[in-house]
Amino acid sequence: MTPLAVSILGSIASFALLVVVFELIRSRRLRERYALLWLATGVILTVLSAWREGLNTIAGWVGVRSYPPAVLFAVGILFILAVLLHYSTVISRLSDENVVLAQRLALLERELRERGEG
Amino acid sequence: MPDLAVQPAPAAGLPGLAELRRVAIVPALNEEETVPRVIDELRTFDPGLDVVVVDDGSTDRTAAVAAAKGARVLRLPFNLGIGGAVQTGFRYAFEQGYDLAVRVDGDGQHDPAQLGAVLAPVLRGEADIAVGSRFAAAGPDGYRSSRSRRVGIRILAAVVSRIVGQRVTDTTSGFQALNRNGIALFARDYPHDYPEVEATVMVFRHRLRLAEVPVTMRERGGGRSSITALRSIYYMVKVLLAIFVGLFRRADLLEDGAS
Repeated sequence: MTPLAVSILGSIASFALLVVVFELIRSRRLRERYALLWLATGVILTVLSAWREGLNTIAGWVGVRSYPPAVLFAVGILFILAVLLHYSTVISRLSDENVVLAQRLALLERELRERGEG
Repeated sequence: MPDLAVQPAPAAGLPGLAELRRVAIVPALNEEETVPRVIDELRTFDPGLDVVVVDDGSTDRTAAVAAAKGARVLRLPFNLGIGGAVQTGFRYAFEQGYDLAVRVDGDGQHDPAQLGAVLAPVLRGEADIAVGSRFAAAGPDGYRSSRSRRVGIRILAAVVSRIVGQRVTDTTSGFQALNRNGIALFARDYPHDYPEVEATVMVFRHRLRLAEVPVTMRERGGGRSSITALRSIYYMVKVLLAIFVGLFRRADLLEDGAS
């Protein structure tokens, strides 16, 4: 069984994540579409931390007998990987769009200069 | 078509319209087949209406065919999604000092002939924003759509009605007319990728008046809806989250005279 201290600390930490994400959305520093994965991470980690029997059962399913909180780490790492991968795709898209913007700006600038001279 | 030429434009009968500077915002993504017809129909409805087509990064000839029809074209350098595209139109309308704007989608599902009804509450000064609703009329509506989408639309309408304290039947309609206050609000702040639902809540939080008008919408003329089954679930979750978080935000009201 998971040590009680681990369950309590895990619950507090993952709930704190939820609160921070919520506040970031509210203050418009985080867009909803980029917050959904973080919220899913927070909810699942909170549930797995607080629901001790559930974590035990799941640990049993995946063959973890000695230390159920290992499942908590595994799930946490999985979600962090998902968030990182998602952000990699977002960054790729942003850099593509940035190239297009810079090119359009250069073309516009040339046209403006030419009109100014003509 | 000689009898078409002698008929007065339907908009001529609307009181007060002629004095207003008015613009139609037409967002379009790969709608080269339907955009020319939409522009023609807008002109038939009201020859004094300026038409601005916002080309949201189309890969077909949407921008070219719209320009050939004499519409002003705002061509986005890449796809911004419907919210970003529509807001480009609102920004244009705001900066160019238009008094009145209508939004009519480039896919042909909004019938410009019904604009008279949508404009009426705004022209009477009863609403800052009027929305054409597929479900406002009693009885069976002519709107055909997938079952899951209809359910989604109804759930969102119920949630939004509760929050704003006024019955709203169609929170996903982009068939709208706005006065200067509405244009100013949306030019400043407009939600992204599934914007109408959040925008409806935003309108009320800024104490603007919204009216719904029953309309029928047509089958999409061409192109493809940007909303697929899996995406609608994602949108649903995203929109509900946005509405929920939005409730905890302080709405800084538009100052009088900001417009």
